[in-house]
Amino acid sequence: MANGESTAGADAPAGGFVQLLTPDGERVDSATADGVTYSVDFTDDEYRELYRDLVTVRRLDAEATALQRQGELGIWASLLGQEAAQVGSGRAMRPQDMAFPTYREHGVLYTRGIDPIMPFGLFRGVDQGGWDANEHRFNGYTIVIGSQTLHATGYAMGVTMDGKTGTPDGEAVIAYFGDGATSQGEVNEAFVWAGVFHAPMVFFCQNNQYAISEPLERQTRIPLYRRAAGYGFPGVRIDGNDVLASFAVTRAALDNARNGQGPTLIEAYTYRMGAHTSSDDPTRYRIASEVESWKAKDPISRLRAFLTKQQLGDDSFFDEVDESAKTLALSLRERVLSMPDPQPISMFDNVYPHGSAELDLQRSQFADYHASFEGSDH
Amino acid sequence: MSRIKEFNLPDLGEGLTEGEILAWLVKVGDTIELNQPIVEVETAKAAVEIPAKWGGVVSRIYVEAGTTVEVGAPIVAIDTDPSAGPLPGDGPVPSAESLAAVEIAPAEGAVEPGLIGGPAPGGRTAVLVGYGPKSTTAKRRPRTSSASATAASAPTAPPGAAPVVPPVAPPPPAPVVPAPVVPAPAASPVPAARTSGPVLAKPPVRKLARDLGVDLATITGSGPLGSVTRDDVQQAAAAPASVAAPVVTTASFDTSREQRIPVKGVRKLTAENMVASAFTAPHVTEFLTVDVTRTMKTIEKLKERRDFRDVRISPLLLVAKAVLLAVERHPMVNSSWSAATNEIVVKDYVNLGIAAATERGLIVPNVKDAGRLSLRELAEALNTLVQVAKSGKTPPSDMAGGTLSITNVGVFGVDTGTPILPPGESAILAFGAIRPMPWVHKYKIKIRQVTTLGLSFDHRIIDGELGSKFLRDIGDFLTDPEGTLLAWA
Repeated sequence: MANGESTAGADAPAGGFVQLLTPDGERVDSATADGVTYSVDFTDDEYRELYRDLVTVRRLDAEATALQRQGELGIWASLLGQEAAQVGSGRAMRPQDMAFPTYREHGVLYTRGIDPIMPFGLFRGVDQGGWDANEHRFNGYTIVIGSQTLHATGYAMGVTMDGKTGTPDGEAVIAYFGDGATSQGEVNEAFVWAGVFHAPMVFFCQNNQYAISEPLERQTRIPLYRRAAGYGFPGVRIDGNDVLASFAVTRAALDNARNGQGPTLIEAYTYRMGAHTSSDDPTRYRIASEVESWKAKDPISRLRAFLTKQQLGDDSFFDEVDESAKTLALSLRERVLSMPDPQPISMFDNVYPHGSAELDLQRSQFADYHASFEGSDH
Repeated sequence: MSRIKEFNLPDLGEGLTEGEILAWLVKVGDTIELNQPIVEVETAKAAVEIPAKWGGVVSRIYVEAGTTVEVGAPIVAIDTDPSAGPLPGDGPVPSAESLAAVEIAPAEGAVEPGLIGGPAPGGRTAVLVGYGPKSTTAKRRPRTSSASATAASAPTAPPGAAPVVPPVAPPPPAPVVPAPVVPAPAASPVPAARTSGPVLAKPPVRKLARDLGVDLATITGSGPLGSVTRDDVQQAAAAPASVAAPVVTTASFDTSREQRIPVKGVRKLTAENMVASAFTAPHVTEFLTVDVTRTMKTIEKLKERRDFRDVRISPLLLVAKAVLLAVERHPMVNSSWSAATNEIVVKDYVNLGIAAATERGLIVPNVKDAGRLSLRELAEALNTLVQVAKSGKTPPSDMAGGTLSITNVGVFGVDTGTPILPPGESAILAFGAIRPMPWVHKYKIKIRQVTTLGLSFDHRIIDGELGSKFLRDIGDFLTDPEGTLLAWA
């Protein structure tokens, strides 16, 4: 099909999208976009584990939202409604792949096998959110909108220069961003560079319909995935609430990248069910009926319906998943509450990789100064 | 304290200083679970539910709904171990002190409260974004007596800061009660009220004083450096002429029987709009009583049509249609007065406002470009507008840009009114109750469905002739919708 058109279910936006699991939990064997056919071949256990991922990331997110309301986090950016886009694409990555997230990719982080506590230091304000991106194959949460797409593109160009692409075991890079970021210069520059230099990139846009309060029609006149054509690489739209489509299309795009086929833009058409962040009140700019209509497309309930129909899961399984997610959430709560406040002296850490004589002197003077107070433990 | 835990209002949105308790979802004695929503709080940024931080039993609620609370103030106490039996004391002990502690605000600084960098309620410093600096004034530990030498030699100690006379005694050990350190304005460097010299007041305050006819020189300023504040001017304007003030102690009214409602939100906005409109646009109101029996019959006919089967059809719909058709015949009524450019702006589109009474007060959302809509589309748009307004979720964009409005006072059972123009509009139609009335119909007295229309218009733009023709056309349509439609087509 020309112009990126896709086969699609009844709930698809104009132009269609790749969907392998309908909102009612009906499995679609395969879906086609731009002449490419996508499908998944999961074992029963793999379907169940996807369900467990979705429930767990939603439960952890709910706990974080509560912690913010209780004054334990400075701010929280909830992923509610976007679990399928994140879990599907996260699970599609191979160990050697590198992800560049925004501040909302808690689900991707979780599926990379990273301890979910990792970003909480940032949101609690006890650290700067610095972690070893190479160790986790997961870059830092980027707050500045869209800038990580350039970091990712530069990184991906480096992967090519290192000779790590062009084979089925090659390395690929995925950059996450939102619909609002597509209006940023950085994202457009990243598209240009990735396109021209054939970078092993997947641009994964979670179109959750709102750039804080600005609706999609203020960002674009055409569907976002079609912008890729102007930069010279393929664009595919998926049902962002369908974890199977998210997995299948991301897996294929990452494999193309690692094989030296260049970048792909994936537009995951989804909806932010909650607020932009805990500082936002979405009832001021969108109407309840719109939110209601998206509830019927929930990513978790459709997979649950599928598992039930296929007799892959029963109530005892679903209860067990809920219970273990709750246990994980409560332990996360305890660990967040017990995060120590940083010591003043820690500001000298992580400045230079191998230290600095000048800084070492300042550190010891600062330590002496603090030791001059009563009750000092230095 | 370990068993009873107090929950203090957190900063819910990056640098906020206060929040209003909208509603309690629990009451004292309720058993609650961890993360169960217990209270709705509205801040400058959002209205949110706060989930319980601990499970247990609600032992005390400190703040009533409707109260604005500073961040950091305790709002509820929860008994986290109710199974351990009754408490020794009657209720949580520490609440009084903690309440007192947070109510102490620092004295006025050089910057006005609320301004960036200035003191904010709760002893915080107002910031533009971010989590805000904490009020840690009472936290600094005293220096060790032996450390003074170390400290003096340490390069970080400010040079010359060591006191000439060594401290007579080491500073007292950490105070038992962290007495809130009120940074007293060290013996106010400037007298609170200036007795001579120029009067200090900001330009907007000076304008207010001029508008209210108040002489700034006669006012004792209460602001920083003795400057005159907005409140000072308003108080001076409200005060009776200071000399005369006869002692009118006919205190027959007891102020305890007066209710004082703070003016804010929609009420404040409404008041400002009404004052702005009433005192800038000279209003004229005309009335027309019309027989709308045929309009009511037309409504019945429309309801029977298949293509109108699933929309609500009300007399308001046909009144709206009448207004839109009459605007086409008299485009000048759909205009606004631009004092800034000395122009009359005639609009080729009608954003038709519908005044709606909501729980939050009067709002006037509008249907954008209503003249382009088919009757069915208009019906749907009106229904959506009213439903969204009733749910309290009308977005600001729906309330902006209105060009002409209708107020349906008939729903309250009154005949008509003299509506005040929404600012920027030049005409508004009041539509009264429809009642069966004796009416001369074909030279006989019959019982007919009758209503009274009241049209207010901006007399700077619309003369009596134009206003009358416009109103007459609306009346003609409602008297005979089908015939008029054909005649005007």
